[in-house]
Amino acid sequence: MSSIRFHTLVVRVENKPGVLARVSGLFARRGFNIESLAVAPTDNELFSRLTIVVDAESAPLEQVVKQLDKLINVVEIQELSPEDSISRELILATVNVDEGREDQIMREIESFEANVLSVGDQKIVVSLSGTPETINDFEAVLETYGIVEVQRTGIIALSTITS
Amino acid sequence: MKTNGGKALMKNLEAQGVEIVFGLPGGAILPAYDPLIDSSIRHVLVRHEQGAGHMAEGYAHATGRPGVAIVTSGPAATNMVTPLADAMLDSVPLVCITGQVASGTIGSDAFQECDTTGITMAVTKHNFLVTDAEQIPQVIHDAFHIATTGRPGPVLIDIPKDLVDANNPVSQFEDYEPSGHDLPGYKPTVEPNLQDIQAAAKLIFQSQKPVIYSGGGILKARAAEQLKDLAELLDIHVVTTLMNRGGFPDNHPLALGMPGMHGNYTAVTALQQSDLLITLGARFDDRVTGKVDAFAPDAKIIHADIDPAEFNKVRSVDVAIQGDVGKTITELIKAIRELEETESHADRSAWKSQISGWKEKYPLVYDEWQTGEGLKPQSVIEQMRDNTPDDTIVASGVGQHQMWASQFWNFNHPYTWINSGGLGTMGFAVPAAIGAKAGKPERMVWAIDGDGCFQMTNQELVTARLENFPVKIAVLNNGYLGMVRQWQELFYDERYSEVHLQPDLPDYKMLAESMGCVGIRVESPEEVKPAIEQANEINDRPVVIDFRTEASENVYPMVPAGKSNSEVIVHPSQGNEE
Ligand SMILES: Cc1ncc(C[n+]2csc(CCOP(=O)(O)OP(=O)(O)O)c2C)c(N)n1
Ligand SMILES: [Mg+2]
Repeated sequence: MSSIRFHTLVVRVENKPGVLARVSGLFARRGFNIESLAVAPTDNELFSRLTIVVDAESAPLEQVVKQLDKLINVVEIQELSPEDSISRELILATVNVDEGREDQIMREIESFEANVLSVGDQKIVVSLSGTPETINDFEAVLETYGIVEVQRTGIIALSTITS
Repeated sequence: MKTNGGKALMKNLEAQGVEIVFGLPGGAILPAYDPLIDSSIRHVLVRHEQGAGHMAEGYAHATGRPGVAIVTSGPAATNMVTPLADAMLDSVPLVCITGQVASGTIGSDAFQECDTTGITMAVTKHNFLVTDAEQIPQVIHDAFHIATTGRPGPVLIDIPKDLVDANNPVSQFEDYEPSGHDLPGYKPTVEPNLQDIQAAAKLIFQSQKPVIYSGGGILKARAAEQLKDLAELLDIHVVTTLMNRGGFPDNHPLALGMPGMHGNYTAVTALQQSDLLITLGARFDDRVTGKVDAFAPDAKIIHADIDPAEFNKVRSVDVAIQGDVGKTITELIKAIRELEETESHADRSAWKSQISGWKEKYPLVYDEWQTGEGLKPQSVIEQMRDNTPDDTIVASGVGQHQMWASQFWNFNHPYTWINSGGLGTMGFAVPAAIGAKAGKPERMVWAIDGDGCFQMTNQELVTARLENFPVKIAVLNNGYLGMVRQWQELFYDERYSEVHLQPDLPDYKMLAESMGCVGIRVESPEEVKPAIEQANEINDRPVVIDFRTEASENVYPMVPAGKSNSEVIVHPSQGNEE
């Protein structure tokens, strides 16, 4: 397997109670680290789709995949390579806007094409969806203003279309 | 036709071929015990739920059929955790049914409620919480399928009380026969890939120092015959791990016996110096490998297993073959025969004579008995071995006695050795022997147990007496938690911490008699054989023999924990080089 540290796994699971506990319990007891995890039902109500970013420094990716595959409710596992996939993440953040910095922050938000969702007295709520790198950059910029609260969704990903 | 959950439970267990279940009733499972009265299934009433679990395991080990246990909610379910974990680590097919509080009260901390599926998630191959009575036929169908196919293992079905209660409307549903399985994520690969087989065959031809490293998967796949065919075709020696004792006959010229921490010198050293391990249904357990980085440093690895997660988990492999190990061996034999038409094997004569040299120089030995000493445990086991039928089933506890049993018994038939290898569960022997006897009533069943282990589960001898399972229990009573005592002697400067039991308390003879068994005490060497013969004659009740063994006896050879297998310590009389 490659020496990249973080790997994106797309895992199709049966949409049954306790499935998330089975997956997270497996990671916990085998000492596999999860960098991020996103879950939602799919267009087929029988299945859910998990996007898991795995830290392969904690355990070889091969073990993570094979142990996951042993869970009866796990139907399919796919590793998405960065070259052949599109990944996106969403960030919501409440940021301080000190007096005199309003214009500056609005310019930064515009340059990222982020959205302002709520404006208050010296605070705004912004959102942005983008590649994890863009979100990292955006969050770093927001930090210079002072983040009050932040929530990222974790990565979701799909394969690119090959023709 | 209308049915209800309780009736359906029994009917579907019967449909799975279940003849016997081990269990103990209570509130949440009560409604399911009523239709049991009218069922063809025999119920064995245990004295502790852990006993039910180990009996089901013993039954499964001896017969190859899934063992079934049925218990109530809460404390009964938690009592089942140890057998489930045991079955998980040793890949034992088990189906355990637990009662649960009524559907509507789940999550309210109701009386005897516990999160059984949550607690057992990590110690089962899979578990189910039934949420609708109608699921019962399908879930049972799926549970047995999961427990018995692929890599076998324990499956638990948790059923809320109301769903099996004939008087509750929610338990009613239109009966049906489950067809097929509702398991989109479960498709074990059984057929080996022929390219992998070819690659393995090539490696075998090139090897000058091959060893077959055979594990419990051989027994699970019922592949002992195929293993023998392969070994004989190749004329390659076979080590049998603790989980595969009996999977290759000890009286075969190619048998090397058990490797590992207390394996014999030849088995340990042959693995260690090999250039090719033909690994069949084994998993590079730390008790076999010793220090992993130093294990068999020059060996290429062929690894055949039904569970692909075992490949590269501990040791990286050169050729992995996923599939049923019996089918794999059959294909491998074909490939080797084909290859033999054009190629010849590397010269292995030097390796073979090296192996015979070790065998001759380092047999398993123990000191002779001296006046004033307790019985030699090894000698007791040898005399049991020599005075019982060749196909006697032996169950064992965990400790020194277990290692001596594995070392000194001759296992010449598959499914004659039943032990707790992976979890190392003290208390396994008595209930496992009972379960084995339940599955194989025509066979003689002995348990070789330690005094510490015996005190954990001996109450099941009441079950054995009442249910007529005339097992024979040899307690190797050294008055110690002997294996722990040995470690304290060797690695903690003889500072003994909490390992002394008391050989006279309980009075094992009286304890046995109080449970309706025959109790015999043996203190001197000349009494050993007559006591074994006496026990062999008794078939109407269990027998317990309290063998007073020497407390200071140690198990050799030994690879200290964390050390390389090259540092195996042999019996002091065989000399250990620095
Ligand atoms: C349930 C459980 N508790 C503790 C241990 C640790 N342990 C391993 S062997 C052993 C001693 C067993 O004593 P005994 O049954 O008398 O066997 P002996 O070693 O003396 O033959 C102990 C305490 C264990 N394996 N299982
Ligand atoms: Mg003891």
